[in-house]
Amino acid sequence: MTVTPSQTRTPPRPAAAAARGGRRQYWTTRRRDVLSGWLFVLPQTLGFLAFVLYPLAAVVYYSFHTSNLLSGVTTYSGTKNYTQLAHDPAVPSVVRATALFCVGLVVFNIALALVLALLLNQKLRGTTVFRTLFFSPVVISLVAWTITWNFLLQNNGGINSLLRVIGVHGPNWLRGHDSALISVVIVQVFKNVGLNMVLFLAALQGVPRSLLEAADIDGAGPWRRFRSVILPLISPTTLLTTIVTISGSLQVFAQIQILTEGGPNNSTNVLVYFFYQQAFGNHDFGYGSAVAVVLFLIILVLTSIQWRLRKRWVFYES
Amino acid sequence: MSPETLTAPAELAVTGRSANAPAPAGRWKKPLLYLVMLVLAVPFVFPTWWMITSSLLPENEVLSYPPKLFPTHPQWSNYRAAFANYPLAHQYFNSLYIAAVVTVGTMVFASLSGYAFARIPFPGGQKLFLLILTGLLIPSEVTIIPLFKLVDRLGLTDTHWPLIVIPILGAPSVLGTFVMRQFFLTVPDELEDAGRIDGLGRFGLYFRVALPLARPALAAVAIFTFLNSWNMYLEPLVYETDKRNFTLPVALTQYTDAYGAHLWNIQLAASVTTVVPVLIVFIVAQRHFVEGLAQAGLKG
Repeated sequence: MTVTPSQTRTPPRPAAAAARGGRRQYWTTRRRDVLSGWLFVLPQTLGFLAFVLYPLAAVVYYSFHTSNLLSGVTTYSGTKNYTQLAHDPAVPSVVRATALFCVGLVVFNIALALVLALLLNQKLRGTTVFRTLFFSPVVISLVAWTITWNFLLQNNGGINSLLRVIGVHGPNWLRGHDSALISVVIVQVFKNVGLNMVLFLAALQGVPRSLLEAADIDGAGPWRRFRSVILPLISPTTLLTTIVTISGSLQVFAQIQILTEGGPNNSTNVLVYFFYQQAFGNHDFGYGSAVAVVLFLIILVLTSIQWRLRKRWVFYES
Repeated sequence: MSPETLTAPAELAVTGRSANAPAPAGRWKKPLLYLVMLVLAVPFVFPTWWMITSSLLPENEVLSYPPKLFPTHPQWSNYRAAFANYPLAHQYFNSLYIAAVVTVGTMVFASLSGYAFARIPFPGGQKLFLLILTGLLIPSEVTIIPLFKLVDRLGLTDTHWPLIVIPILGAPSVLGTFVMRQFFLTVPDELEDAGRIDGLGRFGLYFRVALPLARPALAAVAIFTFLNSWNMYLEPLVYETDKRNFTLPVALTQYTDAYGAHLWNIQLAASVTTVVPVLIVFIVAQRHFVEGLAQAGLKG
């Protein structure tokens, strides 16, 4: 997402104001603009201070404190929460689950989104119907979608029944160490791949046909055209969708809670779920805050990488 | 020449074949593409289909083998049970009115500040805009502990205030502000100048000139705001304890018997009631949905 600094424009002095009364007025256009500008943004600015900046500062503050649940007294405890986090026996599993989930989701999601977009870009009759079908899970309530998959992925649920019909004995998807993580990735990919698909489709439609024709004249086959012409041209979209999918993968909470509750053996205990367990399961706000700060730092690092990549790596960005 | 150049090299005129006699591979191309799309559509459509059909099965058939792909004797009483045995109607109302208020509130405040950031030159405006944009980066988990403490201190837990006020003015509204600002930047100066000559003040220019032009942007904001509120999960889980105060996403997870076992058919019936209205609106207003949600998906 590009933020273009708005052009500073000085509005033409309205003729009406000049005509009104000969003397110079206190309420010049500029003064009025200052007042109305601040009045317009006041509600959101106050909201931002109260509901974004204050909690952000407070969560850092809490992360250096320990609160006693019974007495409600909060005491300064230095880096205790962070040391506890570094030595928490669950953390290696949490890191593993978060990383694997992220990689699995990004690879599967981007690849599928690109394939679907390429198919829809073939301009066959009826592709709008398919576009609707592929996009429909995006508008379905996440919880309803996840509940349905939870039902389908039960040991004696729909997926395994269908597999049994063709003679395959399916695993207990949500209870197996690896299959649970794979299941969560699959549920999430089909839920949201439609969004990336739409973005890729827009990018593909922006690829100039003349370039493809030129490549064709040069004797490039379909794969070569895809690799050497299309892929570089849509690289801004690839980067964008990758970043958005990565930061989205860090925020899967409802899915984990409904499907696996982080199990089995913490194999699906991603960072946000671990955070929820500590903060609202164990009611340890100090420790939970430390986890929240780490989550925020990860997002910050990802965002700064995104900005750098946008400047250096992506070709042909308009 | 056909625009598809990825999978159909044989059809290209430059290869020297006449267009009337496509290569043998070309004849199979279309059916093959349709087949691939049909197969790929299964995991997208099947869960919804399964949700609907299983919601009509009696309890002893939901997990039976062989799988029932179509209910032979639809048991509509599952839907009655979902509403009669649980405060689903109440929770439905909660979700609807909260999402409606949040949507209208966000449209008002996001368009106000989006307009100011785009069109009113005032000192500090651009810096404030960049500061507020950081709200896009912050996942709700990061700020929820202090917000919970704040709400708790104000005695507002187990009310709907935190689910309404925080989204309208806090981080979730920033995307709306951004979308509105980007739109207002494109409004030609001449239109506002004409408004000024007609004697409109700043509010008049916003309300009478800019806002009526901004309908597409407002529609996008409305769609993703409504769906975000409708699908909100962590916040009601944290702020609400009384089942009657739940919104639908949290409510849907509560369909278990006294021993904690899933009442699948009832749970799926309740899920269907939350999914079908949105799906219908989606099919009717598809273009707006895709555009609005694509914009929402870009945040981050």
